[in-house]
Amino acid sequence: MLHRIEVVVKNKHGVRDPEGETIHRHLILRKGYSEVKSVRVGKYIAMDVEAETREQAIDKVRELCERLRLYNPIVHDVEVRVYG
Amino acid sequence: MVKFPGTNCDEDVFHAARSVGLEPEVVWYKYFRPSSWDAIIIPGGFSYGDWLRAGAIAARTSAADSLYEARDSGAPIMGICNGFQILVEAGLLPGALLPNVGGRFVCRWVKLYVERPRGPWLKVLGDGDRLDMPVAHGEGRYYIDNESYYATVVKSPVLRYADGWNPNGSIYNIAGVATEDGAILGLMPHPERAYTDLLAPRGFTPGGKILFKSLADSLRKGW
Repeated sequence: MLHRIEVVVKNKHGVRDPEGETIHRHLILRKGYSEVKSVRVGKYIAMDVEAETREQAIDKVRELCERLRLYNPIVHDVEVRVYG
Repeated sequence: MVKFPGTNCDEDVFHAARSVGLEPEVVWYKYFRPSSWDAIIIPGGFSYGDWLRAGAIAARTSAADSLYEARDSGAPIMGICNGFQILVEAGLLPGALLPNVGGRFVCRWVKLYVERPRGPWLKVLGDGDRLDMPVAHGEGRYYIDNESYYATVVKSPVLRYADGWNPNGSIYNIAGVATEDGAILGLMPHPERAYTDLLAPRGFTPGGKILFKSLADSLRKGW
């Protein structure tokens, strides 16, 4: 069975994200959305994974994220989740 | 010199290396065997189009895997610009390189100075010596956490941007780092674009040739 798995890669807290800061300061806050307290831009990767269960699909993707360094653990946090 | 798909500074490095009497060759990454060479340079460019992250895909090729053998044998390895990005992505040098803090590609000459120069690439320099070279990169913001910085970088040779010359927001003005013995060096500035007077604009002196000279001298006499 095919499972749609999503990988989101974001800069860690403490690692500056100039694109997110610019969108926040120069677009969102400038247009009055002061309730938005922070903005982070990341990378979104969607994968269709053949596996018996969702959990197996997630485990497979987690493993490849680590082994192939799909994210850089020095500067990034990664989130692996099922679509929907 | 290892050439990956998207490497584009190999010819410039070739000329710079030849200018000091070295005998360089450009080797396509699929045919690269480190044991055949006295020293290895990974030139700049945009390997794999900088997709995923600059250097991230090249760092997972078998050519990059073979660099660990080269490291273990003590061979001199230098990564320039994208080559530096590949070396940090491969874990051969500490830290990471992030998109510039200004959000844009920067291409200009900068002033640098060196600390604790040693090893094949830097041995002919003195502590604090100043060097000028151009940078040209979109992802050159060096980042390292404090713990690793004090555990590695402060004991090793390092190149820093002089005050006011940091083009990308690098932490501690870091332009280049090396292993403790200096055998592996990575730097964002381009020594090959600063190997002769003709290349240096007014107000700058060509600070790149000394690295190639240092290598030539080291390969003859040791380091």
